[in-house]
Amino acid sequence: MSKLGDLGARLHRGEVGYDFVGNRKLWYGVSILITVLAVVGLVVRGLNMGIEFQGGAVFTTEKTSVSVAQAEEYAEEAAGHDAIVQELGNGSLRIQISSVDTGKSDEIKEELAKDFKVDSETINAELVGPSWGDQIANKAWQGLGIFLVLVVIYLAIAFEWRMAVAAFVALIHDITITVGIYALVGFEVTPGTVIGLLTILGYSLYDTVVVFDSLKEQTKDITKQTRWTYRDVANRSINSTLVRSVNTTVVALLPVAGLLFIGGGVLGAGMLNDISLSLFVGLAAGAYSSIFIATPLVADLKEREPQMKALRKRVLAKRAQADQGDSAEEQTDEESYGDEPEDATPAVVGPRHQPASRNRGRGRPSGKRR
Amino acid sequence: MAAPKKGRSASAQGKPGRALALILIAIAALTGGMFASGHTTPRLGIDLAGGTSITLEAESGQESAINKTNMDTAVEIMERRVNGLGVSEAEVQTQGDKNIIVNIPKGTDSKQAREQVGTTAKLYFRPVLTTEVSGADAAASPSTSPSSSASPSASSSGAASDKDKEEKAESPSGSATPSSTATSQGRAVTDALKADPTPSDSASASSSASPSASASAGADDATAKLQAQYAKLDCTKPAQRAEAGKNVKAGDPTLACGQNSQQQWQKYILGPAAVAGTDVDEAQAVFDTQSAAGWKVTMKFTSGGAKKFADITGQLSANQPPQNQFAIVLDGDVVSDPSVSQSIAGGNAEISGSFTQEEAQGLANMLKYGALPLTFKEASVTTVSPALGGEQLQAGLIAGAIGLALVVLYLVVYYRGLSLIAIASLLISAVMTYVIMSLLGPAIGFALNLPAVCGAIVAIGITADSFIVYFERVRDEIREGRSLRPAVERAWPRARRTILVSDFVSFLAAAVLFVVTVGKVQGFAFTLGLTTVLDVVVVFFFTKPLLTLLARRKFFANGHSWSGLDPKRLGARPPLRRTRRPAVPVDPKEA
Repeated sequence: MSKLGDLGARLHRGEVGYDFVGNRKLWYGVSILITVLAVVGLVVRGLNMGIEFQGGAVFTTEKTSVSVAQAEEYAEEAAGHDAIVQELGNGSLRIQISSVDTGKSDEIKEELAKDFKVDSETINAELVGPSWGDQIANKAWQGLGIFLVLVVIYLAIAFEWRMAVAAFVALIHDITITVGIYALVGFEVTPGTVIGLLTILGYSLYDTVVVFDSLKEQTKDITKQTRWTYRDVANRSINSTLVRSVNTTVVALLPVAGLLFIGGGVLGAGMLNDISLSLFVGLAAGAYSSIFIATPLVADLKEREPQMKALRKRVLAKRAQADQGDSAEEQTDEESYGDEPEDATPAVVGPRHQPASRNRGRGRPSGKRR
Repeated sequence: MAAPKKGRSASAQGKPGRALALILIAIAALTGGMFASGHTTPRLGIDLAGGTSITLEAESGQESAINKTNMDTAVEIMERRVNGLGVSEAEVQTQGDKNIIVNIPKGTDSKQAREQVGTTAKLYFRPVLTTEVSGADAAASPSTSPSSSASPSASSSGAASDKDKEEKAESPSGSATPSSTATSQGRAVTDALKADPTPSDSASASSSASPSASASAGADDATAKLQAQYAKLDCTKPAQRAEAGKNVKAGDPTLACGQNSQQQWQKYILGPAAVAGTDVDEAQAVFDTQSAAGWKVTMKFTSGGAKKFADITGQLSANQPPQNQFAIVLDGDVVSDPSVSQSIAGGNAEISGSFTQEEAQGLANMLKYGALPLTFKEASVTTVSPALGGEQLQAGLIAGAIGLALVVLYLVVYYRGLSLIAIASLLISAVMTYVIMSLLGPAIGFALNLPAVCGAIVAIGITADSFIVYFERVRDEIREGRSLRPAVERAWPRARRTILVSDFVSFLAAAVLFVVTVGKVQGFAFTLGLTTVLDVVVVFFFTKPLLTLLARRKFFANGHSWSGLDPKRLGARPPLRRTRRPAVPVDPKEA
């Protein structure tokens, strides 16, 4: 525990850290690879669309002694074509029959009730016309589109367009990965999955926004110093918010894990399971992308700006000088950057903590200079 | 810089108590309201409480007619229809732009309700040209006159349906016309009519006859074609039944099937629609107390409908059976085929026969609400038994409890003393969510369904996240060497912004989903949106003030090792603290 707390502190001070931005090419590569895999999976295997999207009927019995094979026989007899029967965790059976219309499914239900020797009222039925699934899916796509547009606009206003673009890319990345995993593993896609997928929208951005917020704050006066490039600051932002990102992700995943456990373990299948599964996959992808993709992407985009290019040049020049032993100047630079955000942004995680040994007597440079 | 900061900390000194009091009062008021309203639990959706949920979709091909007005009319009609069956608490709502959801709670005859809402569409009165019992058992009982007939009546009507209100104003004059001739007289006619000659006997004879003059609209070859189809039609076969009379315009003759009182299928050739369902102003099932003839249906036409009805009955009454009958055709099915012996003027009529109460009410409902502005098909039907509903609710609650427990455990391990604040905030958030959900049940018809439960569980994470954002900020401040009280205040503005921005994004997602999507997604989006808003409220009015208050406590302020704010544990750098700490709270050098 204390180790973890210590790590948090060291991350905060920038004593330890992972060069996320420096290694971005590696992670871009990993993401591109996963995305390509996902797309290939999607194209080759396609999604295993549930009954809700194809039209058909799903019947759920209560706990029954009828075996799966027997139930399959009954169902096929009643429906006239193939039926899929699954046993659920609580001993009940889930019978799926595709492409029957809602009228026909009533008859099937009656027949099943007779075969199973139960009251037809105790059989749960979900009958879906084929157009209903289309409608749900279309609306979901529509919702996704509208949300993406709005969120890009919002982020462009709240932060800046580069961050909006990066967040957008990260979001697409998350959704592609989630959908790809569904295609590759062959999980069934139900309205529950769609709900989960759509929730990722808001959630995956949550982490990204936290990192961007810190980044925005730290880079506020970046041009007024020459010690750090944008990329360095971006990297420090990720590292200093790493504990927060990990915590928020863990805390977000825990309830979803609870859902998944209950949904998968106890109920066997159904809405709870479907929602939590896609959420779980999506959240994990979201945490990954906000750290490894979104922020490095912002850094990349940002460093194309002439201003940032110039800064980078200056910084590199300074560093070259510093390598030759001109440490005094370095210190001045550090100080001048360290205090700038201080007056406007009190909580800044400034680079002034970087060289821990040099800070004595200059712990609060801002105070001195005012 | 210094001045606003001082102001902030000064206000923070005075405010926390007030903010806490405010939110506690709000909770007390809401909870009080909840108990006062008597709805102490959230209304459960069909999937948790059991029942039947039907989603109807306006059929394509009528895009121009799918608009809000027509959808609302359809909802209203369906609502009255379902409630006309005595189904209480059934709810009918539009969803999206072309769907209607009908939720029927457990314990009611969902099948009957389903037939009522799902299959009822367009209603016409058509003259009968030919009819006979159809199918294999036709020979079994050929004497099956549909034992109902129409007659003039003076029975007055109660409330009229909402549409045709203008016409309704005129129609009372109709009831004062000849039809007001005593009911008993009308009934005499009715009774006489009941002994109708059997239509099936004459059917074979008249089947060769061309449509009667009263309804001659089809050209001869078209009629011949109809005749051929009629000969082949077997109404006992559902597939043929569905085909018969499909996509026929109101102005064309058509084939149709219907069941007579002996539950036999009867097939018909029907003339062009003479009166439309929209012309019926009012229909009621009435128990005939005077002649003890049982249940009958009285109907009143709008002024336009009254004239048309008078015309058609006038023409029909001159015909031989079965051509003196008219069929009430609902969506291609003949629901009733009363015979007529005289012109029924005045806009009032009654259909009597050996109806059961249920039949009479069903027919009255169809007559009254029969004319939906749109045709619908069932897009999905979900039936959930109360047992499974209860099971799902239980599973959802267990999942929620596990999720909550895991989050609490994590918070306790990681944040120690601070976690108390987080847990208290989660608790407040949970209470508010519950109370508001309970109140929203009666207020806007919010029903907690399984996706909504999922949304609430997922929201635990979102809510806890905002505490983490804040706590980490506070810890960062402490790491920089501040003591707790200033750290709490300094961390707040930054944390606040982060929380607002990220919650806004969450809320945006929920709002877009709620507006755009249909079905279960909506319930989920609603809970997510609600909990996101509550999260902001709780963080602003509870977590922050509470932390401000507790920061004054020694346990936290001195950084007890169990407080979660121990500077040493957090790795605050000692030199910094020693040299700077006294100066920081007031920040004199900044001034």
